[in-house]
Amino acid sequence: MLTLLKKTTVPALALLLSSMAFADQPGGTYQFDKKGAHQFVTFKISHLGYSWLYGRFNDFNGTFTVDAENPENSQVTATIQTASVDSNHAERDKHLRSDDFLDVSEYPTATFKSTKIEKTGEKTAKITGDFTLHGVTKPVTLDAKLIGYGDDPWGGYRMGLEASTTLTLSDFGITKDLGPASETVEIIISVEGIKQ
Amino acid sequence: MKLRNDSQRFGAIAVLFHWLVALAVIGLFALGFYMVDLGYYDPWYRKGPDLHRSIGVLLFIAMLLRLGWRFISPPPAPLPTHKPWEKISAHLTHWALYLLLFVAMVSGYLISSADGSSVDVFNWFSVPSVSGHQTGLEDTAGLIHYWATWAVIGLASLHALAAIKHHLFDRDDTLRRILGLAPRTTTHISNDTHNPS
Repeated sequence: MLTLLKKTTVPALALLLSSMAFADQPGGTYQFDKKGAHQFVTFKISHLGYSWLYGRFNDFNGTFTVDAENPENSQVTATIQTASVDSNHAERDKHLRSDDFLDVSEYPTATFKSTKIEKTGEKTAKITGDFTLHGVTKPVTLDAKLIGYGDDPWGGYRMGLEASTTLTLSDFGITKDLGPASETVEIIISVEGIKQ
Repeated sequence: MKLRNDSQRFGAIAVLFHWLVALAVIGLFALGFYMVDLGYYDPWYRKGPDLHRSIGVLLFIAMLLRLGWRFISPPPAPLPTHKPWEKISAHLTHWALYLLLFVAMVSGYLISSADGSSVDVFNWFSVPSVSGHQTGLEDTAGLIHYWATWAVIGLASLHALAAIKHHLFDRDDTLRRILGLAPRTTTHISNDTHNPS
């Protein structure tokens, strides 16, 4: 009985090990870890030229596909729910959602879809894509960095990226005057994907 | 003029409450309407909302006191010349105004305190948040505040037009009573005496 069990277990184990070895490859499609909240879309804008105001979007999702052989064929898409803007101040958030800024009832989502990925270093790349915000679509280039990847402790496989870019608000039709120091906003996207 | 209301006339306290609240409500509406479109560098960009919140909280306290006073010292009976439909519509308008004022004030407070922060009343005191941080509460409360305040102004206009109608066309004492003036004595009665009946 014991030997019989051993006989069937060993090939099963071998199969499992080989599939784990296969999963060790970074190539594949990754879903943002929205559920575990290992993802952040943060923005940073100057207040009067005197300090930085940080805010974030709490609700967004996306995927990226990694071509391990040919990284430039990788892709990333993301959709942000604009109403989830959060700058830790209810009155300001309400104002940001109004038609002075994001106009979330008219434009409930902002989207990014990559069109070109250019490797610039061992772990860095320029990700160019179409970014739609406030109903305006414009090409935007993100400076991206691969933070790390590999098995997680719970049987999955993860990869984390961080990317940033600076947008001029008026390019996207957001023209409310916040002063000369506050015409641009820096966006920092930090995400962890779980391989599907 | 007596402080308390009696069965015929409003007392000084009810008259004062009425006009104080009227002034505050119209002022708050005008200020609210004006302040939401101010530019970021406008000196009133911060002063306007600070004043709006402070007066709003004080109005809430005044309205509680006013309602309390209404129970202690009930308003006079409607004038005998008022028609039944006038009495019913006037009462409905009064109570709708009370209700909408509270909806407007509470919703306004909920916008400002939806992130758990307190509402400052000048530099005198601050009202803590009761909701704590509630995601999206500022938007729901904002929508309610917008429509409730417009409804208050709409009903208050109706209420004012009715008072003017009573004063100019019916030539009764409806408006004089709430101004704390003595009833008119002359024209009506002297005209009546010339009636052949």
